[in-house]
Amino acid sequence: MTRIDATRRNLRPGNWLFLLTVLAAYGVTGLVHAELATRALELFGDVMRKVIPALGLVFVLLVIADLLLQPQWIRRNLGRDAGVRAWLIAMFAGILATGPVYAWQALLRELRDKGVRASLLAVFLYSRAVKLPLLPLMIHYFGTAYTLVLCLYLLGFSILSGALIARLEDQQHL
Amino acid sequence: MLRQRLKTSLKKTVRTLVHLLPVIVGMLLLTSLAITAFPEQISAGLFGANDLLDALIGASVGSIAAGHPLASYLLGGELLKNGVSLVAVTALIVSWGTVGIVQLPAEALLLGARFAVYRNLICFFSAIAVAFLCVYTLRLVGQ
Repeated sequence: MTRIDATRRNLRPGNWLFLLTVLAAYGVTGLVHAELATRALELFGDVMRKVIPALGLVFVLLVIADLLLQPQWIRRNLGRDAGVRAWLIAMFAGILATGPVYAWQALLRELRDKGVRASLLAVFLYSRAVKLPLLPLMIHYFGTAYTLVLCLYLLGFSILSGALIARLEDQQHL
Repeated sequence: MLRQRLKTSLKKTVRTLVHLLPVIVGMLLLTSLAITAFPEQISAGLFGANDLLDALIGASVGSIAAGHPLASYLLGGELLKNGVSLVAVTALIVSWGTVGIVQLPAEALLLGARFAVYRNLICFFSAIAVAFLCVYTLRLVGQ
């Protein structure tokens, strides 16, 4: 059994336990405040309808990642010996990534299992805060100067968060 | 050869997604409950003491509130209109996009508990730092 298979096998009970815990929280909420639970369920239905297309995209990307991202390429470009280029790849991938974060986590898990450093995952997750399609709305609300300054700080801090994770997390796996 | 690899990849991906389904559904259910239980009106009454406290509250609200970042811009814009400081609003927007308390169990399951806790803590404090840096930079350039 490979490490990935073992991880997947171990993941299952935790996943179902998580769902059961959330359902239990709904049960308790329903007993205390039935209307709140109903409204939350209605919202869940709406969100689920919006998330399904994003999950379709994630499925396609997972297949592509599995086909294209061979261990040698990952070791060379995003592995422990990869340099500045890996950080830039992670940052720009984060900026371009759309859709809910939990959909991306599946892909990140796959990448981590293939040897991508935790620090690069942190850079990717942080730089997702820069939302290219939403920039016009941000400019509308807060102005161009604010949007530009904030985005530059977000990108700078994405690298900083990666560096901190590298110190805290990557060293555990050396 | 390629056909066989594609078949294997498809099978593997379907299996991965099936295993992840309870996490995704659970996450969406939890997010919906959190958003419904957190009325926007309460947030407007929370701010106003001082910049640091406002930034802390902003970052905390953004960390707990989950959902599309669009909602954070709308909420931030409305809060700004109601007199909430730009530091607080920025901390809220940044932490909304980077911290995920509601998603933490799922992140811990998928990427490891240590990674999830460290990353969220770093992002929480950096949201406050970014908020102050952003506002002070804007003041410096005369905006």
